[in-house]
Amino acid sequence: MATTLTVNGTPHTVDLPPDMPLLWVLRDALHLTGTKYGCGVAACGACTVHLDGVAVRSCQTALGDVGTAQVTTIEGLGQPATLHAVQAAWVEHQVAQCGYCQSGQIMQAASLLAENATPTDADIDAAMEGNLCRCGTYPRIRAAIHDAAKRLQEV
Amino acid sequence: MSRAGKIARRSFLIGSAAILGGVAFGWWRYATPHGNPLETALPQGAATLTPYVLIDATGVTIIAPRAEMGQGIHSTLAALVAEEMDLAWDQVRVIHGPASPAYFNAALLEEGVPFAPTDNSWMAETLRGAMHIPAKFLGFQLTGGSSSVPDAYEKMRLAGATARAALVGAASQRLGVAESALRTESGAVIAPDGTRLPYTELAVAAAAVALPREPTLKPRADWKLLGTSLPRTDMLAKSTGTALFSADLRLPGMLFATARTNPGLGGAMNSFDATAAEAMPGVQRIVPLPGGVAVVATNSWLAFQAADAITFDWAPAPYAATSDAMAADLAATFTPDRQDGRPRDDGDVDAALTGDLFSAEYTVPYLAHAAMEPLAAAALVKDGRLQIWTGNQLPTQVIAVGADLTGLPPESVSVETLMMGGAFGRRAEMDFIAQAIRIAMAMEGSPVLLSWTREEDMTHDAYRPMAMARVRGKVDGGRIEALDLQLAAPSVIASQMGRLGFSVPGPDATITQAGWEQPYRFANYRVTGYRVPPGVPVGSWRSVGASQNAFFQESAIDELAHLAGADPLAFRLDQIDHDPSRKVLEAVAEMSGWGSPLPADRARGLAFCLSFGVPVAEVIEVAQTDGGIRMTGAWAAVDVGVALDPLNIEAQVQGGMVYGLSAAIRGEITFDGGVAQQANFWDYEPLRLPQVPAITVRVLENANKIRGIGEPGTPPAAPALANAIFALTGQRIRALPMGKSISFA
Repeated sequence: MATTLTVNGTPHTVDLPPDMPLLWVLRDALHLTGTKYGCGVAACGACTVHLDGVAVRSCQTALGDVGTAQVTTIEGLGQPATLHAVQAAWVEHQVAQCGYCQSGQIMQAASLLAENATPTDADIDAAMEGNLCRCGTYPRIRAAIHDAAKRLQEV
Repeated sequence: MSRAGKIARRSFLIGSAAILGGVAFGWWRYATPHGNPLETALPQGAATLTPYVLIDATGVTIIAPRAEMGQGIHSTLAALVAEEMDLAWDQVRVIHGPASPAYFNAALLEEGVPFAPTDNSWMAETLRGAMHIPAKFLGFQLTGGSSSVPDAYEKMRLAGATARAALVGAASQRLGVAESALRTESGAVIAPDGTRLPYTELAVAAAAVALPREPTLKPRADWKLLGTSLPRTDMLAKSTGTALFSADLRLPGMLFATARTNPGLGGAMNSFDATAAEAMPGVQRIVPLPGGVAVVATNSWLAFQAADAITFDWAPAPYAATSDAMAADLAATFTPDRQDGRPRDDGDVDAALTGDLFSAEYTVPYLAHAAMEPLAAAALVKDGRLQIWTGNQLPTQVIAVGADLTGLPPESVSVETLMMGGAFGRRAEMDFIAQAIRIAMAMEGSPVLLSWTREEDMTHDAYRPMAMARVRGKVDGGRIEALDLQLAAPSVIASQMGRLGFSVPGPDATITQAGWEQPYRFANYRVTGYRVPPGVPVGSWRSVGASQNAFFQESAIDELAHLAGADPLAFRLDQIDHDPSRKVLEAVAEMSGWGSPLPADRARGLAFCLSFGVPVAEVIEVAQTDGGIRMTGAWAAVDVGVALDPLNIEAQVQGGMVYGLSAAIRGEITFDGGVAQQANFWDYEPLRLPQVPAITVRVLENANKIRGIGEPGTPPAAPALANAIFALTGQRIRALPMGKSISFA
């Protein structure tokens, strides 16, 4: 069944089952592999993307439910030459180790900062709790989010 | 250019570089028995000297032959070369390079000698030197054991210095200026009159320059890159979703597969029914595998769905069915016939252990690696060649497995090592790679990407073993008069090397690792290892035997300190005579405010462990809250001898602690019916951001040798937390995970 969805501002038409998770549409059909598979059950956050600017787990979002919502993936948030403030803070704080969870962490953090410009540590705890990292980059994630908040306010 | 196009170009970088006039530099063409792996990929007319530096018209590429699994090794290895070549950091490109025995890892075997890392005697050093020879001829290109930096520290600086010398020689010939009048800066040779000759223009001529046998290395005082915190070369890609992990590879015509094998590990598949799966549109083939099947489909999700639709009849696992039965086997192992080694026996422990004794038993469970990226590998069999793309810690073995399974000569098999979404020891295993090769053989002509589900990954691990310690001790005069440490575990080496087809005779050093070689000087001190018969497959898990033995020993020493009425810090300092070890203890005490008063609802715990040659002391502070115990601070002091990149070392220590604390608080794999009972992050849940406190790290350089830091941060974390909980609550936790005994907020 043909479905049209808008990803990073570009419309795509795919012929895939409506119950197929957005995660796999992005990765295997559109080859946008920055969004990662970690658990398939919304337990790790590696697959986080934005639907109309709000963080969702793409492994739990069916293709048929995307509708007209604007999908933003890590590739659409910012590219190496045009970093989003959160990505710039990630680089500045040298957050990533293996890097596999970081697309999801960054998308989650960007969503947090879009609705809360000056998050406290408790706000960060609440927003980031669903995003696992096995390399233990949490202390730097926290620091980078505070830094990104400052960067966004300076813009 | 499409993503697939970029990837194909990357795969052939060495070839395309050569077409542009690329030249590879390194050292020891006279010393390697394995030849230069870059040579075979170069077409006629191009030159290559040795394996670490490649220069073409677009710049300098450094081959970092150790796998990047998150530890930042690409940046540190590249900095070793870039420093000696006088490259600007933003000019540096790094690749994994080909699999080759020329990239053998000598440092890994060096510490296999029966001497403590603190022993610098003539005999110990001589034997360590001799270990280079078997390592070289084994030709293992292995990433692990915190060995990459010690192994590369001289080799890769020499590679850079040799390349620089050849480039200066070429510039001297071209300009007619003496070499001594030339200098190098930011990737160019600079003449006295200011003429600037970029390396890219000199490379081909440099290939003809006679190389110095012993190039001079820069003194440390002249270092510009080494010793400073450099931006990681992979940071931008990993912050923008553009880093290429195994599961991200997309090739034209690629098919997507997943595997289901017997969750009773090593058990056979009696039968299966794939009727429903085969009827699903898009399912291409069901491929038989040893102990199971693979489903090949047009996308990964469909492959997962189809695999779920297959019914299997599994044969039972070839080991005890339940964790309780395994624990009973473990407890029954402390017998003379199961003794594996007694690497330490100071004084007369039996004579000293009389009267009022301390006696305790400690246990730890099986643990999964659970890297964030589930296991994945791609392969293509076409035109008499096998190509493999996968994140892996042992690429030379990937070639061997590929040749063995296909019957192709090894030179017709290639592997490209991709970025790893964590490994922690798991990606030194060949199981998922062998599966990908078998699937590619069945689907000849089509590239196939095999992706395991999280559930397959969690339930088909080579686990950190369940292990146990029996400890007896006696304190006298405020010190430990006698300590008898009995350590029981299955052999990780026998299990892991056995899966690679090797048998390793003698005691398994991992059973007593970080038990016997600690710098404690107790008058009577005995460490004995007992080998549990083989059962569940076990493997290297970040810090290996130290991951359990530090918990056993450092918990016991803390208990003995309290029995002696001594402060746990002073108690240790009083009985350690190794200066770098004392200094990390003193540093962490100062950093954490050890001994300063805390509110009644807070307390600190201390632990020490010397592993992989690195002394590490850690302090954890805990608080009692309404929701349970909460960590409120963590501090670590480590000594790596020479700190090449302080900020990256900090990251590794922080990460090592979080990995250890996740396991200590919540990590446990249990078995029922021979099957692991935890399958995803819901029931095997690592720590999450709110649970992790600020972690302060100090890096010291008092030790006499450079050391790697991927693992040493892990072992002291669990005992530091257990000792803190005892200090706060009086409850001594001797069995992990701690979450089974107390609540955590």
